[in-house]
Amino acid sequence: MTDTLTEPSSNDLPLLRLDEVSKSWAGRPAVSGVSLEVHAGEAVALVGESGSGKSTLARLALGLVRPDGGAVAFEGRDPARLRARADREVRGRLQFVPQHPRGSLNPALRAGEAVGFALRAHGVPRRQRADRIGELFRQVGLAPELARRFPRELSGGQLQRVAVARALATGPALVVCDEPTSALDPATQRRLLELLTELRERTGTAYLFVSHDLAAVARFAHRTLVLRAGRVVEQGPTDTLWSAPQHPYTQALLAASGPEVALRDPNVRTTVEPNEGPS
Amino acid sequence: MTTNRLPIGVLAGAAALLPVLLAVAAPLLAPADPTAGQLADRLLDPGSAGHLLGTDSQGRDLLSRLLWAARPSLTAGLLPVAVAGLAGALLGIAAGLGGRLTEQALLRTLDVLYAFPGVLLAIAVASLLTPGLGATVLALSVVLTPAVARVAFTETRRIRSAEYLEAARVSGATWPALVLRQVLPVVAPVVLVYATSLVGLAIVYAAGLSFLGLGVAPPTPEWGAMLDELRPAIFTHPWLAAAPALVILGVSVLFNTLGETLRAQVGNRAAPGVPPGEAEGAEPRGTEGTPPQERDAGHDSTTDRDPADGPRPVAPLPAPLVVRLPSRET
Repeated sequence: MTDTLTEPSSNDLPLLRLDEVSKSWAGRPAVSGVSLEVHAGEAVALVGESGSGKSTLARLALGLVRPDGGAVAFEGRDPARLRARADREVRGRLQFVPQHPRGSLNPALRAGEAVGFALRAHGVPRRQRADRIGELFRQVGLAPELARRFPRELSGGQLQRVAVARALATGPALVVCDEPTSALDPATQRRLLELLTELRERTGTAYLFVSHDLAAVARFAHRTLVLRAGRVVEQGPTDTLWSAPQHPYTQALLAASGPEVALRDPNVRTTVEPNEGPS
Repeated sequence: MTTNRLPIGVLAGAAALLPVLLAVAAPLLAPADPTAGQLADRLLDPGSAGHLLGTDSQGRDLLSRLLWAARPSLTAGLLPVAVAGLAGALLGIAAGLGGRLTEQALLRTLDVLYAFPGVLLAIAVASLLTPGLGATVLALSVVLTPAVARVAFTETRRIRSAEYLEAARVSGATWPALVLRQVLPVVAPVVLVYATSLVGLAIVYAAGLSFLGLGVAPPTPEWGAMLDELRPAIFTHPWLAAAPALVILGVSVLFNTLGETLRAQVGNRAAPGVPPGEAEGAEPRGTEGTPPQERDAGHDSTTDRDPADGPRPVAPLPAPLVVRLPSRET
């Protein structure tokens, strides 16, 4: 699987750094003491089942949620403290692709307006916006005419592509994806992942990719962190993790979708034969 | 179903426009001076020569008075709704997006106003001011704003933790941009529909204030004031006394129908909405938003909803303050 993944140079400072970050909701800890780093051009996956704190972690990384303890730094700055106008350059380099196709776009705005909003926030003058929207739509494989449609007139896959276009609008260095493919059918899922991979190779964008979809992670991420009940139980290069999972939880996760991973992605080799149970 | 509703919507819109057009064209349409009367012609019944709808107790032409009265009466019906719509939308959005403190401060203040029966509050406010159209407009604006704010607040709350707002915040949008370009497009249609349903009510309230002498001063014609003027004639000339009442009834029903129709229409098309998973839950209300739920594709049946499945369910709106109609008209 490494043939499509070129290991990024982890030379200087990490792009994103979470240091012992914790967050509770109404007294219930969602994330407890998680540290992680994402370097430029790197794709890092966060894997865990529902309730493991992955979405909270994504929002902590984006600065949408402030941590109770620990520190978040994007390019050395706390993303929750970035000011809308003064820091919009930095802000634009940290972008978001949400999970739900129907929830990720404002139902009252046309697809092009959603992208235009991001361009406007980023200070792109009105006259250039229409062209940029068309360009971005083409980049994510959508006909520019679709910009005039409302979200309800687009399919789930198209909506997620618009969400990707919106994230790309501000020239991001890191895109946080909160299970962007989980609500899509397998074929659409694969096409979206191919698009993200292609964009990463072309633009060098780093990804923090939250997922419970192991197949998606296997073909996409350099490194994977396995999250359980708000803690990282195992982490490492994705292929190492798949070939020799250490933690029983990782083994269980793998076993749960092992055969499926192998079927969906011929490049992935798990230690488990598809028709056999795990040891 | 949709094809049945559209003509009704257009029809209701056109019908509601009619009184407005009549008010604008009053100088052209009115057969006589609405304030000058011949005492000799007093209390002529409808159908009398030269007076299609008869005359009032001072011999003034009733049709002319009803037409001219449409101006202050409709102003008192439409203007407060516009003011309340704007103020209520802004207050509701502010409460919906603000922190816990802002929210509580705004909502509890509005609740104090909301706690009074609408008509009582309108009377109280109007009686503090010099009687006139301005007093009526201001009093009704105060009465209607909390109701609109509630609607705007509920709608804002519903979308507050929507993923598209998170994405918009991440793009580095300023708060004004977020409110005007992301929240308002979702909240405005709902507020507009609700406000339309308040016009009929405002017309009745305005008439009530004039009836009590808190509105437009005589001799200027106004429907509520005319109702009061003709009240003594109710046993001798019931049709004359009923005329302004029927006009008030008819016009408010027209606007209510328009409101209902709009509500059905908006419910039909795409009602701005997010998947229920987004809005539900007993989340803690912190200043930094609600916790993202760990979402599972399988749990959310609405994500791959086919737009052709049919209309989204219409979100129930608070009923206008219909229970508090003026009850002192005897």
